[in-house]
Amino acid sequence: MDSKHDILNTLRRDPVPDTGLPALDGPWLTFEQPLDQFREVLAAVGGQSLVAAHEGDLPHALAQLPSFRAAQRVWSLVPPVASVGRDWTTVTDPHELEVLDYCVAPGALGVAENAAVWIAHPTVPHRAALFLAQHLVLVVPGRSLVHTMHEAYARIPPGQTSFGLFISGPSKTADIEQALVIGAHGPRSLTVVLTGTDFPASRFSP
Amino acid sequence: MRIGLFIPCYIDQLYPDVGMATAELLEKLGVEVEFPVEQTCCGQPMANTGCQPETRPLAFKFLKIFRDFPYVVCPSGSCVAMVRYHYREHLSGQPGFEELVGKTFELCEFLVDVLKVKPLAGSFPYQVGIHQSCHGLRGLRLASSSEVVGPSFSKMRYLLEALEGITFSQLDRPDECCGFGGTFSINEEAVSSQMGLDRLADHERVGTQVLTAPDMSCLMHLSGLMRRRGTRLPVMHIAQILAGRAVSAAY
Amino acid sequence: MAHTTVEHAADAAAFIQNQERTRWHDQALWFVRAKRDKAARAVPEWEQLRALAGQIKRHTLAHLADYLLQFEEQALRHGAQVHWARNADEHNQIVLEILQRHLVRKVVKSKSMLTEECHLNPYLERHGIEVVDTDLGERIMQLRQEPPSHIVLPAIHIKKEEVGQTFHTHLGTQADATDPNYLAEAARGHLREKFMAAAAGITGVNFAVAETGGVVVCTNEGNADIGVALPPLHIASVGIEKLIPRWADLAIFTRLLARNATGQPVTAYTSHFHGPIPGGELHLVLVDNGRTTLRAHDVFRESLCCIRCGACLNTCPVYRRSGGHSYHATIPGPIGSVLNAAHDPRTYYSLPYACSLCGSCADVCPVKIPLDQQLLYLRGTIAGAKHLPLAKRLLMKLTSFVMQRTWLYTFAGRLARWWLPKLPRFLVYNRLNAWGKQREIPAFPKKSFRELYQNRQRHGQ
Ligand code: SF4
Ligand code: SF4
Repeated sequence: MDSKHDILNTLRRDPVPDTGLPALDGPWLTFEQPLDQFREVLAAVGGQSLVAAHEGDLPHALAQLPSFRAAQRVWSLVPPVASVGRDWTTVTDPHELEVLDYCVAPGALGVAENAAVWIAHPTVPHRAALFLAQHLVLVVPGRSLVHTMHEAYARIPPGQTSFGLFISGPSKTADIEQALVIGAHGPRSLTVVLTGTDFPASRFSP
Repeated sequence: MRIGLFIPCYIDQLYPDVGMATAELLEKLGVEVEFPVEQTCCGQPMANTGCQPETRPLAFKFLKIFRDFPYVVCPSGSCVAMVRYHYREHLSGQPGFEELVGKTFELCEFLVDVLKVKPLAGSFPYQVGIHQSCHGLRGLRLASSSEVVGPSFSKMRYLLEALEGITFSQLDRPDECCGFGGTFSINEEAVSSQMGLDRLADHERVGTQVLTAPDMSCLMHLSGLMRRRGTRLPVMHIAQILAGRAVSAAY
Repeated sequence: MAHTTVEHAADAAAFIQNQERTRWHDQALWFVRAKRDKAARAVPEWEQLRALAGQIKRHTLAHLADYLLQFEEQALRHGAQVHWARNADEHNQIVLEILQRHLVRKVVKSKSMLTEECHLNPYLERHGIEVVDTDLGERIMQLRQEPPSHIVLPAIHIKKEEVGQTFHTHLGTQADATDPNYLAEAARGHLREKFMAAAAGITGVNFAVAETGGVVVCTNEGNADIGVALPPLHIASVGIEKLIPRWADLAIFTRLLARNATGQPVTAYTSHFHGPIPGGELHLVLVDNGRTTLRAHDVFRESLCCIRCGACLNTCPVYRRSGGHSYHATIPGPIGSVLNAAHDPRTYYSLPYACSLCGSCADVCPVKIPLDQQLLYLRGTIAGAKHLPLAKRLLMKLTSFVMQRTWLYTFAGRLARWWLPKLPRFLVYNRLNAWGKQREIPAFPKKSFRELYQNRQRHGQ
């Protein structure tokens, strides 16, 4: 018998009492000021946040970051922030993205309890850009904030994109004597720009 | 109210005053105390070593001795946990067993939950370190454990709180195990001793003057470590404090 | 050849010899436990989450065959390829075959306890494939040719000086370097090269969702993500106990996992894979390797609910003072003691006894596995199967014999209290008396409680 049927037969041969699948109805944690909560947690996990009231303010907001101003290779997926260095849309081999200083990507929603931002694959043609860039900027509509992961998963259509992820803060490690080091393999910094209401929803939808 | 007093073997042989204090305390609160002399040991050392055939006759003996008491009270959380949680595999279905489980109480539990006493009056002007013996803490839930999220409570502290002059130690690790663990103290001598020394260091650092617990076995281990090192933090079973014993009666 | 057994107590005693390191190890892990407490307390519905997580996992085990089939069907729909492995050998063969078919010589791997359990690395290396562990802690251990000592913090037992030496030898960093930032930066550069050169990425899986056919991987470093974003080939090893029924269940588990593991509100990266990277392949290898046997057992079944958060290790007062290597197992600590002794009680007979039965592990476990009770149960199995040393078994028989006879117990007690204090010290405190190595035995009272009490009854109050 092949392994699949062998495993399944064994599982079916040994019945196990069922206690039922529970409903997940909460009530769950909520915050009076989800935006403040998000920013506070983001800072605690090593990230930083900026606010931009209008779409047009984005370049100006990012210009506050010295490393962004100095960046030679920027791939921006969020107009009106301009890409720098080359036309990154022509990249076919993701290895080429290793040189990126910055990646600016749209985040679909933010979670107040843990500062996680959901990013779905089609909005980022090469997902490697999210991890290889030295610095990452996620642009997240302020109105997309939810309180907890329960709401977040409820809003994300399950399994529609081949890849999607939550990012909470920059990459980090504490594997050397529990000392926190920011910038393990992925971005050395994460900036979340929380935007006002005049941003096109299509760019961000989960 | 009549109770059967269940005195663990090591208290009987090594810490008789803990038994006396328990009896006196209960009597003072109007309880009619009876000590059935046939009792020996609940079987916990055998059970915790995994020797079930050796535990079994002791479980039967215990049931026979205590079956007819309206309540069974014991100054040890660990031995009560044995009866409540681990006799089932031996005594399930035996007449009187389910009732026995429901009516066997650790002393503090009995005072707070059954007698519903108010905090006891008296004077004990010391900084007391409560050692949360694990089987009482996480087995019987005599107090909230630090791992679990929820309201904090402690039946020991509740009973002691009204004593005049008493204060309580705020430990770094409020309920870390002392390392006694029954036969663990022998099987894993090095870890067991290290755990005890660390526990004592926490108490010494915050200035505990009297160390108390609802289980004398933890205190036996901790005081054994101290006596070897020549340090002497008085240890008292909580029954001794509640019965009004002076610190000079401490072990 | 004599059967080699793991003697935890001896290794623990050796570990404790180095007092300074033991204290450091204990405190490092307690620090993680304290962060966990703080994070848990920030969630008012924490205990509800634990209860739900436990129920979801137990329910999934009851219907595991159905959920596995649902998972497979959905995964295939997304274009993933699904493989089934009865045991470690089959798993390793499947992985090797996929790699060989793609002519892969270099692989990067993110943390996966399952591939450790299957000893995948040495297997692939024997077949000429370079496997690089990319989690920093695991890479440190790989370079040192030592097994990890913790399931979440693989190098928790290693000091920064030692990391410095290892990196000096293997990565050419400055001699005597100890700055974690400098060392981590060196590893970043070193591993970037490995990422750029790898032709396939292997990951473990934290959760596999039956409803969607997707797998979820949680990391802080982003190593799993880089490892499978560059090459076109992603192989994920999935223990069959990783299944959860619904997409919405992920909320429960992602809220619990990182908070309970390290005190973070969530891992930095929580990545959801539904099908291959465009133009590439995703292979999901579903592995049994003893899990169906555990599942059939009424007591041990619950250990399959484990989500490998590592919290029971962090909280265990024995683990903290004996180090992960004293367990001689891929998974150490409370859950490791259960899994290993349940699987091979003869070799691991001492692990269930490396436990004071304090219960902290069960109270900290996000899926409420009664670990202490499982260890106690295992002691019964071990003693029953006579894996326990004879002297210990005889002592218990003797104790039971005495305790069954009240007169003998009373007599023995009186004799001991009369006799022991009169013995010369060397007869009481010697090699045979483990209690007395660091502890005094209690002062023996003249009279037992029963004597005092009966006297009092006789002479009135
Ligand atoms: S019960 Fe045992 S295994 Fe669990 S934390 Fe306590 S000592 Fe460790
Ligand atoms: S047994 Fe529980 S506490 Fe231990 S690693 Fe598994 S899930 Fe975490």
